[in-house]
Amino acid sequence: MSAAETEVRPTPAHVGREPYATERIRELVTPEGIDLRLRLAEASERATAFLIDVAIIVGVLVGMTLISFLTMISVGMSSVEISVIIWMLASFFLRNFYFMAFELTPRGATPGKRALGLRVATRNGEPLGFDAIFARNAMRELELFLPLSFLLVYGREAGGWASLAGTIWCAVFVFFPLMNRDRLRIGDFVAGTWVIRSPKRTLELDLASGERAGSVAITQAEADVYGVKELSVLEDVLRRKDEATIHAVAARIRGKIKRSKAQGETDQAFLEAYYLALRARLEGRMLFGHRRRDKHDKA
Amino acid sequence: MFFEVWPVKELTLKSHRFRQEREAEWRKLEDILARAETSSSATKLSDDEIIALPVLYRSALSSLSVARAISLDQSLIAYLESLCTRAYFFVYGTRTTFLKRVIAFFARDWPRAARELWLETAIAVALTVLGAVVAYVLTTRDSTWFYSFVSPALAEGRGPAASAEELRSTLFAQEQSGLSIFATYLFTHNAQVALLAFALGFVFCLPAAFLVLSNGMMLGAFVAVFAARGLSFEFGGWVLIHGTTELFAIALAGAAGFRLGWTLAFPGDRSRVEAMSAAGRKAATLMTGVVVMLGVAGALEGVGRQVVTDTSLRYAIAALALLLWTLYLYIPREDTGDERG
Repeated sequence: MSAAETEVRPTPAHVGREPYATERIRELVTPEGIDLRLRLAEASERATAFLIDVAIIVGVLVGMTLISFLTMISVGMSSVEISVIIWMLASFFLRNFYFMAFELTPRGATPGKRALGLRVATRNGEPLGFDAIFARNAMRELELFLPLSFLLVYGREAGGWASLAGTIWCAVFVFFPLMNRDRLRIGDFVAGTWVIRSPKRTLELDLASGERAGSVAITQAEADVYGVKELSVLEDVLRRKDEATIHAVAARIRGKIKRSKAQGETDQAFLEAYYLALRARLEGRMLFGHRRRDKHDKA
Repeated sequence: MFFEVWPVKELTLKSHRFRQEREAEWRKLEDILARAETSSSATKLSDDEIIALPVLYRSALSSLSVARAISLDQSLIAYLESLCTRAYFFVYGTRTTFLKRVIAFFARDWPRAARELWLETAIAVALTVLGAVVAYVLTTRDSTWFYSFVSPALAEGRGPAASAEELRSTLFAQEQSGLSIFATYLFTHNAQVALLAFALGFVFCLPAAFLVLSNGMMLGAFVAVFAARGLSFEFGGWVLIHGTTELFAIALAGAAGFRLGWTLAFPGDRSRVEAMSAAGRKAATLMTGVVVMLGVAGALEGVGRQVVTDTSLRYAIAALALLLWTLYLYIPREDTGDERG
């Protein structure tokens, strides 16, 4: 193989899970001695989850306001006091305790985080206590509400240099998560927590169930061309069931193993058979202690 | 090798057989977890399921470990990782009920946090007193200083320019109508300020110190104005009936903030990250108590002060509140049990 060919080629965007692969994986060894390999949430996911939560809070507040107005109109002004109190308490509790209440549940996540498959966990694997939840959410005053009120109220009154200084000051807190490896915001830093991905996954069909492999026979020499990395790309392609990709990948593999398309052989059946043969070959070698990383791994 | 062509149809992979043998257990665990996670406690699970959960969890962990060693089915490994992670957080999560947590907080955690932060609290109280004395002295010498300490919105006409009668009327005004609104407003407003004081402490203590100091200054300036009209005794009753609770709470919030800022600057023997999370949790426990205290203060100010107009009775309530808080938080007691219930 020439030097030009051994270069690492960028994986096409539609296959593989490379971008997440190792950078955000953290070790958490359970008392049973197994590393769970937690995957940290990306800043973008956390921002999305937060926006969902804010939308819910604002929605509830608008609904509450409408309801209190309607009761005032229908019952008369005698109920003003009670509706004002309910409204004030609700807005206070929503602002401060919405996040805390949801993070206290066994799921450890607000509705926004649940929607994205995220949860809050302590960095040392201890149970998530109320003190940690309170600390991480109370710091939102500094990270969000202070900058917001600065921008909305004081920003206009203050002069140019003062607002520049204020903006820089606020930016430090708002963009803090982008400045550390673990994507901690100040609240996480103070509370000893982080946000991890813990999505519910369903168990997908085993592609090696054998029934679907068809009658395509693959020789061992043909299966020896690729490694684990190519196998996982192939698995993705088969699970995605995209006609064009299956056709392209089948053509690519046939070219690589110098095999022409047999009479009546579909691309799908060929890829399934090839997947099974490749997996059997690689798992077999794994049992003997060698995990072939990718096609360049010659050992 | 023994054969040249792989007999695909007859072939069953070890990893495939492994999955077939264990799959039922995984699905059972998944089902129990799904129900356990949606209920607030484990009440919806049957006794058998609660007993089965840790066993299924350990078996899933061993499956994960085996799968990583023998299987190259990445979707299977991802499934098991997700299942084990969810089960781990449930099995090793907090198992006490909400009520037990509340009891533990009031009986143990809050007073303990208050006692551990005594030095910070003393500093916050000292700053409040310092602010009050400075503002009092300055305002007594030159009454225009008042406007530097108190914003016009907060003064509501009470200032050096007001007559003794006007000032007296503010102390004994009877606003029977909106009492509970007023109390609620005071609570939410003060609690928000206290939370801010805590959060601001993170920035090396300075903003929190400023907040505590200016709180004291406001008090001192008011005292000076009322004293100049010979109303200091009445003003004392008016402000202290809730003030002992509220000022104490704000001093505690400042103390919690100081702990954060101080630890950030001087983490001691531990790494800064570790020291910060310990300090943050301790301070947060204290802050939870501060919110409770401010609720009490709001009720005393919004309702108690409007109902009780006798000045000596106001002093009595103030003294009683201070005594009770001090005894509750600082009286030595046996520390038993685990801190994180």
